[in-house]
Amino acid sequence: MHKRVTFRHPLLPYLLVLPQLAITFVFFLWPASQALYYSVLRQDPFGLKTKFVGLQNFERLFSDPTYLNSFDVTIVFSLSVTLSGMALGLLFAVMADRVVKGAATYKTLLIWPYAVAPAVAGVLWWFLFNPTIGILAYALRSLGYDWNHAVSGTDALILVIVASTWKQVSYNFLFFLAGLQAIPKSLIEAAAIDGAGPARRFWTIVFPLLSPTTFFLLVVNMVYAFFETFGVVHATTSGGPGQATTILVYKVFNDGFIGLNLGSSAAQSVILMVIVISLTMIQFRFIERRVQY
Amino acid sequence: MVENRPWMAWITHLVLLCGVLLVAFPLWVAFVASTHAGGDLLSGVTPLLPGDRLFENYRTVLGSGLSASGGVPVGLMMWNSLVMALSIAVGKIAISIISAYAIVYFRFPFRMLCFWLIFVTLMLPVEVRILPTFEVVSDLGMLNSYAGLSVPLIASATATFLFRQFFLTVPDELTEAARVDGAGPLRFFLDILLPLSRTNVAALFVILFIYGWVQYLWPLLVTTDESFYTIVMGIQRMVTVADAEPQWHLVMATAVLAMLPPVAVVVLMQGLFVKGLVETEK
Repeated sequence: MHKRVTFRHPLLPYLLVLPQLAITFVFFLWPASQALYYSVLRQDPFGLKTKFVGLQNFERLFSDPTYLNSFDVTIVFSLSVTLSGMALGLLFAVMADRVVKGAATYKTLLIWPYAVAPAVAGVLWWFLFNPTIGILAYALRSLGYDWNHAVSGTDALILVIVASTWKQVSYNFLFFLAGLQAIPKSLIEAAAIDGAGPARRFWTIVFPLLSPTTFFLLVVNMVYAFFETFGVVHATTSGGPGQATTILVYKVFNDGFIGLNLGSSAAQSVILMVIVISLTMIQFRFIERRVQY
Repeated sequence: MVENRPWMAWITHLVLLCGVLLVAFPLWVAFVASTHAGGDLLSGVTPLLPGDRLFENYRTVLGSGLSASGGVPVGLMMWNSLVMALSIAVGKIAISIISAYAIVYFRFPFRMLCFWLIFVTLMLPVEVRILPTFEVVSDLGMLNSYAGLSVPLIASATATFLFRQFFLTVPDELTEAARVDGAGPLRFFLDILLPLSRTNVAALFVILFIYGWVQYLWPLLVTTDESFYTIVMGIQRMVTVADAEPQWHLVMATAVLAMLPPVAVVVLMQGLFVKGLVETEK
């Protein structure tokens, strides 16, 4: 798309894009290229010598059981966060769309966790599940389950999944609600006249019509679970116990800043970049040809 | 409502109430915990009704902080968070609106190249280029400074896109009329385009303020000096005290304070927030 009427000026447009381009170069493109560059180098343990090693850093990563484990953890984690967050968001959105009185109040009361920082969400649930004083750990204990996320990897993973999902439900809710409100009521009324009950109407009409929103949220939630949940993990379990909650983003941070393994951390960054780029591409391709019925 | 089924209405309200409770429960427990004395929380299970230490706890936290984690007053951390969130929001809006203006309203060589260079930043979140970005910032001497906290997060393709989309909907007749009346590009931008973009700027501001406030990884990396800690990352320093149970009543008071400003923004400016969220994401 282009404007028919434009201005001409020899210098002004460059001055206007300059600030953004400068920041993009210094803080985005240059560091990203550095990550690419470091990913093919290896430093000796004292940081004195660096040599070119080609793709060895990547080969090492993919034969490293802790890295592969971190991949598995990330997949379990992000699928759980995405699916449970979307299911709850959809459930509440369908209900809020049906409600006649009080819809605005419900909306307000459901959307605010969007503004809670992932790290804070993590700390809140960490407190609720605290093995000695947490109220939920207490409830689980009285049900006969001995919750301890400091020892059990499964418990720790469930903890970070619950905290990350809790924060994301409001986002999914808002987008599903907007999608539901865009569906013409006449379609649903027609189905009702033909004798379709609420459940049938939902699965045969509403849900298919929501598919653009669903696909969009699928990608956004994957990106959220892959990257933005760093705070949840770092502020609570620190990737443990063992490696049970070490998601990929956490591992890049840990290997780079704590382990000071430059080459490996850079190679991991590059792998993450590939993941983000493919997710963004999927999102953009899909948005260009929005599914319409 | 298509047909009248009273029991469905009941189920609807029941599910929504469960949702509201699920969402509010952690906040309630955090608030309750923040009103008790430290000792109450360490003996047995967290109480479910508020205690009597509300003012003492919040005064302690805001004024003097936790001695076990360096004693940074939370008031200072909140100030840092505010400065960071505001600089990110204002900075992002300022640089994106002018670059979107240049890309939409001018024809110049390398226009599309500029557009694509900005576009690429969408694919490079800070999490994937942690180490090299940190090095750049440290080489520029921007560690432990407000500039270091905000400038690297300022470039944003989403805001530029939003303004581009909006500018494309502004009728060409306005531009022509302005030109006929002798307005140059700057005058047109300041007197016509900027006032027209008011709601978009406001909606974007709400989203970006929240984005800036909840940042975690970046402040964690660039601040080693306690006087630059932001509240969201400061909480982490409070819960990871060595060899001791965290002082939960104070940690929870800090968590409540950390949630308060962005949640207030969402609740009070709900209309703008929803508009901003839907527009930046599409």
